[in-house]
Amino acid sequence: MQNAWLYIGLFLIIGIIVPVAPLLISWLVAPKKPNPIKQSTYECGIETVGDSWVQFKAQYYIFALVFLVFDVETVFLFPWALAINKLPLYTVLEGILFILILVAGLVYAWRKGMLEWM
Amino acid sequence: MTFWSDPVNFIAAWLRGILAGWGMGAALANILLALSGIIVLVVFALVLDIFLVWVERKVVARFQDRLGPNRIGPFGIFQPFADIIKLIIKEDITPEGADKVVYNIAPVLAATAVILLWAILPLASTIYGVDLNVALLYLVATGALGALAIIMGGWASNNKYALLGAFRMVAIMVSYEVPMVVALLIPAVITGTMSVKGITEFQSGVWIVILSPLAAVIFIISAIAELGRAPFDLNEAESEIVAGFNIEYTGMKFGWFYASELLHSFTFGGFIAVLFFGGYNFFGLEKYPLLGVVIFLAKALFFYWVIMWVKYSMPRIRIDHMLAFSWKFLTPLSLALLIITAVVDKFLAPTNFYMLGMFLTNVVIAWLTIEILRAYGKRQRKAEETPVQPVAEAAHH
Amino acid sequence: MTPVQIIFLLCAALILASALMVVTTRNLIHAALWLVAALFGVAMLYAILDAGFLAVVQVVVYIGAIAILFIFAVMLTRREMRDRGPQLRKDWWLAALLSLLVFAGLAFLLVTQPGVNRSAAVMPEGLDTLGKLGAALVSPDAYVLPFEVASVLLLAALIGAVYVAASKK
Repeated sequence: MQNAWLYIGLFLIIGIIVPVAPLLISWLVAPKKPNPIKQSTYECGIETVGDSWVQFKAQYYIFALVFLVFDVETVFLFPWALAINKLPLYTVLEGILFILILVAGLVYAWRKGMLEWM
Repeated sequence: MTFWSDPVNFIAAWLRGILAGWGMGAALANILLALSGIIVLVVFALVLDIFLVWVERKVVARFQDRLGPNRIGPFGIFQPFADIIKLIIKEDITPEGADKVVYNIAPVLAATAVILLWAILPLASTIYGVDLNVALLYLVATGALGALAIIMGGWASNNKYALLGAFRMVAIMVSYEVPMVVALLIPAVITGTMSVKGITEFQSGVWIVILSPLAAVIFIISAIAELGRAPFDLNEAESEIVAGFNIEYTGMKFGWFYASELLHSFTFGGFIAVLFFGGYNFFGLEKYPLLGVVIFLAKALFFYWVIMWVKYSMPRIRIDHMLAFSWKFLTPLSLALLIITAVVDKFLAPTNFYMLGMFLTNVVIAWLTIEILRAYGKRQRKAEETPVQPVAEAAHH
Repeated sequence: MTPVQIIFLLCAALILASALMVVTTRNLIHAALWLVAALFGVAMLYAILDAGFLAVVQVVVYIGAIAILFIFAVMLTRREMRDRGPQLRKDWWLAALLSLLVFAGLAFLLVTQPGVNRSAAVMPEGLDTLGKLGAALVSPDAYVLPFEVASVLLLAALIGAVYVAASKK
């Protein structure tokens, strides 16, 4: 195993312990006097109606899907970006072709009106 | 090797000698030293975080023509310590119907995601946690963990407003991660490395902001969105959904959300400095690492101040505008910039016109963008001037 | 046992336990969050194997995009976060038998492989793995065709999603 990732692992452990410590101290010293009114859901003093589930625009999901595709694309582009300085010109064009194919997808979604807010 | 040229390794070698004198194995000693280094770094970050609370409150007060905290200590500098004591001794309320485990993990995860960023932040040429060769993607990965924390907190609170905040956080993250990652690709294309230390070393000559000012602007905008700060603070919009995802949190758990937001902003200020504004480089002063740390922190604080400046000057952006701004403007612009940067970089890299060519390319792209926007705006205004027919009614369906 | 082996076993235990929780928990959001834990464990395995790029990509794509998409979908569609139906089918034993057979077959194949007991060769210090990966992705005698086909595949996924969403209205 490379030392860099061992270091990140140690950092992760410390990074979890440090935020937990004040919460534990707080758990020890803070008062604990729960009552139903204190624990009720906060809605600016008005009593809650129904459960906490709210309908949200399902259209967001399209944005999330487009995002997913572009996220995967950019992951492919990172090794390409590192390599192009050392490689001949046509490799740059291959990467550009890769991007343009996906831009076609973005244009399609745009033309279909999927990027409009309705 | 002296203390002034390489303080971390100097102290490490000294401690290693002491540990070896106690008869400790080399591997164990190395792990112990790494651990103590990490603890020093994390404690430094958190102490900085405490003062950031004060900085934030003082700066917003000046923006709003107030004095800000001024009672405890000189200029109220000890105010955050009083705040922390208060947060710790407050009763911790878990709302009825909340998902207890997820509810409690969320603030810890939010803080951890930010602290993890400090592992790769190069404070000076010889003072840094680790030189990761995939640092740029690591930056994106920790951002994903932070967004996950906000979603978990918003969902677990069993509150309508908190859930709305979580939904909006997804919408922001989904929209602004693409331009941010593409803006990150541009330093990678220019320097040919993904390690932030390598990118900083490249900038000992010329800062990347000169080679690609547009990438810097895109990165700053999408970083502000990713941080969820105004004008993109839809996830906690006080005037619409009260406090969004952290509405039900009290005491130290709220404290961690607040602290991690501030530290996240400062850390991103640091990354803006590292990626585009030379990091610890400043006219050769970086030869002394301790001075390098000061330079780095000053630059990070400056960009933290820029983020605050934007926050306290802008009204909150509407959600449809937010999505359109990302998908119809920033994403196409950043992809076009990436394509043109790659080509220009390939052609000009060996020549003497590299710096000038890159800069002029960016200027031309910016000018073209403005022209396109102007033409579009003109067309929109013309369309509005012509009387609207009842056709608009039918277009709804 | 070497420290690396101990860390590997811990990761493996985390992955298996989380994966088990994904299929047994009745709360859909909890299942998605356990999935995040399992995926994070896989990222740790990549880090142990010195595949730093894959480790961060695992977190960026699987946790940062796919898992969040799952959580988002559940929150958007389900009013009731609990799954109340029975968790086991009548003929669950058949599936169990089949998966046991597949596992046994894979384990057998793996054990008979020569070199399964050898530890991985240590990579030379300062090897530019990312640069090599990038060069392999775009050089014509390596993977340039899969690279471009991946782009077409992503395009197809995008168009499919948009088409399905557009036809719903």
